[in-house]
Amino acid sequence: MTPTQISQIAFYFFAGLAVLGAILTVTVRNVVHSAIFLITSLLATAGIFLTLGAQFLFAVQIILYVGGIMVLFIFVIMLVNLDVALHQLQFNRQKWVAGLLALVLGSQLGVAIWFARAKGSLDIPSGRTGTLSPQNVEQFGLALFEKYALPFEIASVLLLVALIGAVVMTKKRI
Amino acid sequence: MPSWSQFMDALRQGLPLIKPQLQLTLFGIGILLTDFFLEQRFKFLNAWVAMAGVAFSAVELWRLRGVEAPGFNGSIQVDSFFVYFGFLFLAATALVILISVRYLEIEHEHHGEYYALMLFATVGMMFMASGYDLVTLFISLETMALSFYILAGFLRNERRSNEGALKYLLLGAFSSGILAYGFSVLYGLSGSTNLGDIANAIALRPAGDILVLLALVTVSAGLFFKIAAVPFHQWAPDVYEGAPTSITAYVSVASKAASFALLMRLFLVPFWPVRANWETLLGVIAVATMTVGNFAAITQTNIKRLLAYSSIAHVGYILLGLVALNDTGLKGVAFYLFAYTFMNIGAFAVIILLRRKGLIGDELEDMNGLIHRNPGAAVLMLIFLLSLAGIPPTAGFMGKWLIFWGLIQTGHYYLAVFAALYILPAAYYYLRIVVHMWMTDVTDPVRPTISPAQWVALVAAVTIVLGAGLYPEPFLRLAAYSVILPLAR
Repeated sequence: MTPTQISQIAFYFFAGLAVLGAILTVTVRNVVHSAIFLITSLLATAGIFLTLGAQFLFAVQIILYVGGIMVLFIFVIMLVNLDVALHQLQFNRQKWVAGLLALVLGSQLGVAIWFARAKGSLDIPSGRTGTLSPQNVEQFGLALFEKYALPFEIASVLLLVALIGAVVMTKKRI
Repeated sequence: MPSWSQFMDALRQGLPLIKPQLQLTLFGIGILLTDFFLEQRFKFLNAWVAMAGVAFSAVELWRLRGVEAPGFNGSIQVDSFFVYFGFLFLAATALVILISVRYLEIEHEHHGEYYALMLFATVGMMFMASGYDLVTLFISLETMALSFYILAGFLRNERRSNEGALKYLLLGAFSSGILAYGFSVLYGLSGSTNLGDIANAIALRPAGDILVLLALVTVSAGLFFKIAAVPFHQWAPDVYEGAPTSITAYVSVASKAASFALLMRLFLVPFWPVRANWETLLGVIAVATMTVGNFAAITQTNIKRLLAYSSIAHVGYILLGLVALNDTGLKGVAFYLFAYTFMNIGAFAVIILLRRKGLIGDELEDMNGLIHRNPGAAVLMLIFLLSLAGIPPTAGFMGKWLIFWGLIQTGHYYLAVFAALYILPAAYYYLRIVVHMWMTDVTDPVRPTISPAQWVALVAAVTIVLGAGLYPEPFLRLAAYSVILPLAR
């Protein structure tokens, strides 16, 4: 097998795992199980980063999402009352219509991509694919502070807004 | 390896271009810091600080007029389009700050965070108008949207407000996901996040290329959610009804104008090569939006819901300006958004007057006999409603006229006739409010009072609405100033 084939197999494996994990996250009844499937999905996404040669993102994804955020999630789940959720209706009455629409949309996307592939218009412009480079972190930093310096700064405003929102929404007396 | 001096040069070149947003951010943070030291009865000072922030930002924006330059490695593009929309956002923010003060005091939710979030939302909107890079656009859109989710749920003790905020958050996050998917397809087929590069890459592709259409459809779906076009409009009535009335005014005007700025930037730059495709799409959506908006509004008994459906109908009209896609049509879009800002905030400002302890004041019956209780407010409301319906001599009429004229010039006769006919149901439901104000007996003897800040907002709004209707020349020149047609370049 050539290296491209191996990375393709790896991609499909991780992508399938991520989608499967995401579907199970929203369909299982038990919240703790949901959280675990979400971890699976996030780990699979980390795997996709690895196949693209973004080792730094791979590490960050695991440390931040799986290590930090998900542990917080599970803590919160432990603290709140779970019994209520188990007795509630999980899906509303429109689930069949919604499912059918989702299926139609999904197959449309599939057909679109299939035809695009047959016509060869899925080829990504050359020279832009991720390459395994030893200075991955350096490239990442340069992109963040040079090309995307401004969005990076706007993101700080975004996070400030999110922070204020969390306090305003949860605190009884501000 | 780029050097330090290169980095500093890029910063020196870019900083003047984002000064309006920097001012707003600084004042927003300032409010958060000083709010902590203010006693409850001095909280109105926060509104003054916010107004000062808007004023400083407007000065910086004024100094950017006539500038046409990219900044921060193509992340933003400052041009007349940005300056026009920037002023529109600042005007909306100032008006909403003015009408908020007393309302928040009545609701017992007078906190500095409210004004800070409004300023941060404005920062997001301004970057949406100036962004020239998918990453900038997406992050600024989220900054605006996140601020609005919180503001919509700001009446934390009220169920409707909580429900509205949650619906807004869930549907907004979902639509952002679809938009992000479209952006990822755009990146995939061009290998760049810069709008100019994407336009070049799309132009090189054969006509009817399926990936371009996929990107177009998903990006449009995401944006239609944000502007509440049919069939992605269901969130609007619930959010408008539940949110604090001042924020309803803000969301219906500013968020819509910003999303339209983003939509126009995307459709007129990267999607310009496939305009034949999206013109048809927008035409169909516009007709559906006008139909649903106008007919659903007829049966409403809650004024906020009624105005929500009417704002959906207005989106249909504005989209038609993009279908025309000539100079008149685009000028019409800019002018319409401008007029809509003032007339809609004006109408909500009158509704806010009815709010007092023990009465929410957003039902049609609460308007009964307003002409006897507060004649000034009733006359102002009449002017705003006539403008919303598109009856001369108001700004709303000029906006509709420009868009119809654009449609006729480009040979879309059926669409023009169709849109003109929809003025009839619109006039019906707007006049229903007038009937309640002028022709029914007083059921509630309390006379609404108007605070000085509300007077300023109402007078400013009515001046613009009548001024732009009676003497539209200077305003039309402003609207023409905003038009950026790729054809002309």
